[in-house]
Amino acid sequence: MNLPFLLEIGTEEIPDWMIVPALNNLQDMFQVLLDHNAFDGQVRRTEATPRRLVLWAEGLPERQAETIELIQGPAKSAGWAAAAGFAKKMGTTPDKLKTINTSKGEYFSFNKETPGEVTIEFLARELPNLILKIQWPKTMYWNDKAIRFIRPIRWLVALLGDEVVPFEIGGVHSGNTTVGHRVLGKPSIRVKIDDFEQLLGANGVILSASERRERIEAGIKTFRVKPDPDLLHTLTYITEFPTPILGSFDRSYLELPQEVLITVMRHHQKYLSVEDADGKLAPHFIAVMNTNADPEGLVRHGNERVLRARFNDARFFWDQDQKKTLAARLEDLKTVTFQAKLGSYYDKAMRVVELVKQLGGDQNAQRSALLSKCDLTTDMVKEFTDLQGIVGGLYARAQGEPEEVWRAIYDHYKPLSMEDAIPSTHAGRILSLADKYDTLVECLKVGMTPTGSRDPFGLRRAAQGIVRIIVEGKIKYDLAGMPPESHEFMRDRVEYYFRDVRGFAYDEIRACMSSGWTDPIHLEARLKRVQAIRTTPDFEPIASSFRRIKNILKQAEFNNSTFHANLLEPGPELDLYNAIRSTKDQPLESRIGSLRPKVDLFFDKVLVNAPDPNIRRNRLALLQNLLTEFSDVADFSEIVTERQS
Amino acid sequence: MSAPLTFQETVLRLKQYWSDRGCIIQEPYDVEVGAGTMAPETFLRVLGPDPYSVAYVQPSRRPADGRYGDNPNRLYKHQQLQVILKPAPADVIDQYLGSLQAIGIDLKKHDIKFEEDNWEAPTLGAWGIGWQVMLDGLEISQFTYFQQCGGFELDLVPAELTYGLERIVAFLQNVDSVYEIEWTRGVPYRSVRLLEEYQFSKYNFELADIGMLWQLFDLHEKECQRLLKIPDVVLPAYDQVLKCSHVFNLLDSRGAISVTERVGVIGRVRKLALAVATAWMKRSEAAA
Repeated sequence: MNLPFLLEIGTEEIPDWMIVPALNNLQDMFQVLLDHNAFDGQVRRTEATPRRLVLWAEGLPERQAETIELIQGPAKSAGWAAAAGFAKKMGTTPDKLKTINTSKGEYFSFNKETPGEVTIEFLARELPNLILKIQWPKTMYWNDKAIRFIRPIRWLVALLGDEVVPFEIGGVHSGNTTVGHRVLGKPSIRVKIDDFEQLLGANGVILSASERRERIEAGIKTFRVKPDPDLLHTLTYITEFPTPILGSFDRSYLELPQEVLITVMRHHQKYLSVEDADGKLAPHFIAVMNTNADPEGLVRHGNERVLRARFNDARFFWDQDQKKTLAARLEDLKTVTFQAKLGSYYDKAMRVVELVKQLGGDQNAQRSALLSKCDLTTDMVKEFTDLQGIVGGLYARAQGEPEEVWRAIYDHYKPLSMEDAIPSTHAGRILSLADKYDTLVECLKVGMTPTGSRDPFGLRRAAQGIVRIIVEGKIKYDLAGMPPESHEFMRDRVEYYFRDVRGFAYDEIRACMSSGWTDPIHLEARLKRVQAIRTTPDFEPIASSFRRIKNILKQAEFNNSTFHANLLEPGPELDLYNAIRSTKDQPLESRIGSLRPKVDLFFDKVLVNAPDPNIRRNRLALLQNLLTEFSDVADFSEIVTERQS
Repeated sequence: MSAPLTFQETVLRLKQYWSDRGCIIQEPYDVEVGAGTMAPETFLRVLGPDPYSVAYVQPSRRPADGRYGDNPNRLYKHQQLQVILKPAPADVIDQYLGSLQAIGIDLKKHDIKFEEDNWEAPTLGAWGIGWQVMLDGLEISQFTYFQQCGGFELDLVPAELTYGLERIVAFLQNVDSVYEIEWTRGVPYRSVRLLEEYQFSKYNFELADIGMLWQLFDLHEKECQRLLKIPDVVLPAYDQVLKCSHVFNLLDSRGAISVTERVGVIGRVRKLALAVATAWMKRSEAAA
């Protein structure tokens, strides 16, 4: 009989960003539990709100399939006494024994049947471990030090068909009673698998995350809301019954930079921003409540009041900060630590100025470097840390710095993520590159190398930014100029960028990086060429031939010898040599077409491993020459071809 | 709709509410502290195996937050209502929500959310897991399950509920400035506290004698170290830690502590706090 299964782990509010990974983890572990223990059944669906993780499965049997194991006993020649002993050990009688023939003769044997475990008992035993094994970034204990979870577990629903799967975690017993929304629902609701979701719905809990998201989207579609998928995700997972409401603020706050307004709304209040018909910030916001309505407008009023206070603070900070220019703040940077082992931000700013010079930055770029960290001493950045750089740029603009200078400061933390754009101006790119270079090189110098998933100083992101700015910003810089301890690190980032961000094939990247990786712009150009010729019919055969050549040279332990054209035999061997010479000035793309038939013919007709050692060495040298012909573009022997796979 | 509660009525209601639920109602601790957590009723009582539930208003002094009474929401000294429930009961959140109803917040007409906010106080060797409680977008409370205090993992996990009283009452009374809060009928917060905010801002930012403060820091530190060597004076020793901490905050608001010094001074306070916690634990072990 196929049984459905439902598990609900009821908790106090789980941080929104942890929910989806945990749910996936639960799903995977549950499926593995079934599969590894020979239970039929599939996880059908998972859902979560801040207060519950829910899993449905179907097709579970009432009991595990029985297993039959053939156990070999004593040799038949050992006699009936031995057989009786064996039978006793097996918990049976001698007449139930069988005999088997083996290469060593005839033996007693027994088919030991183990009945499958009752599913409900199995689940009751395994579920507590499974639930407590869900991975969380940080866990807590609340009444038993041995039991840790993201937040206290307050109820558990576990049903197999109509029956409760009985178990206990930290004093909470599983049952068939769930809990509704804190305000809209009842605190205790008896459920069956079939009516679970619907009863929760009637108690103010929209279990489906996509339904919650749709409810938010439907509620805001009449406004021009600034798209913000991350915030929408957060709002979906901090609510059980989301309802968006529109609030307003006084137009006069629009005099503040919209970056500041948006940061206050987004990061501090989790509000979506609203734009007017021209795409400018409108004096409105969308707050998403965790309840069904705001009949008296109290929630809107409350949120407007909070925002007003926040905006007043921001205005106050702005006015205060203007009393001292960025340039006048440079000295103050001496008391702001960049990193304990690496001195102050003043020291950093000076190093960055120097780097900008070396990268060919003009007066404006150098000035932007000098002022780039001064906003760290402003009240605005102390309050809204995410706005570092942006605030500096805005202040520089307000203080009459040239556009090139303020834009460079404004942009210099970019790109903040893979999706984020690089700085928009040349000066900004140089500044950003120099800043990241300094952070990376200085941190590596004092041994602060990222390990595993730990990268507290964001060095991977810095390195990734360097690669992107060089390639996408067309900044001429050879990474070979960086200190040796950073090379391996940078090489990984270059590879990651072209593979995961740009989507080049793994073998194309290996082939091209073998011919040099420290000049990412050049590498990009070569990758594009290889990607283009890869689709031409002659390419894969040539690539296989190259791999073959490489193997031959390796097997022959060939390390260079002088090549003598006069030792070449007329025919395919000489033809290949001539073809290599005559096509020397042709671009790679057409050379491949000309050379391919010659190479094929060579391997068809010519014995590399010639009896005469001089001839053999000369042929190997010819092949070596061929191999190095394209080595300034790529090592084609790294290309994975169809013939190979 | 009935008139919203005054500041003092709100305090009284909350005290009554938690008194009805078995809490000891304490009076504020009479040494300067930056937060209710630092009062011995929390810092020391959460340690060890004995259950303890207590509620008290704690005036909390943060010299650097002073604004001479000019800022409608920032105060040098604000009032926290601090509740410790040790161990935390399973329905602790429902009890908390009940306390909001008790001060006139109809949850059916408002939006309440629990947003991740883990608390950490390195100077106290303490941290916990919890939320900031948001009411219509306003942070009204901190809710923390303590995990460690004074460097010790806790035997019984307490829930700490901290109500920001000025914020809550300004919200209930629908005023934009804390100074407009009605403290009791006809008496605004302004007339009770503005003078204090102004005078202490002046002292904290301009007048406090830096040389004297450094001397005081050293003296209180020495006194604490001396007391820690003597049995059965943990509580007086802890007072010295609190005095060091407050002097540190004053030096900070005077801009007298450079970044490099800062780490060192915090380390000194932390060392004292951990030593006091250790002494307290020894005492409770001996008693057991």
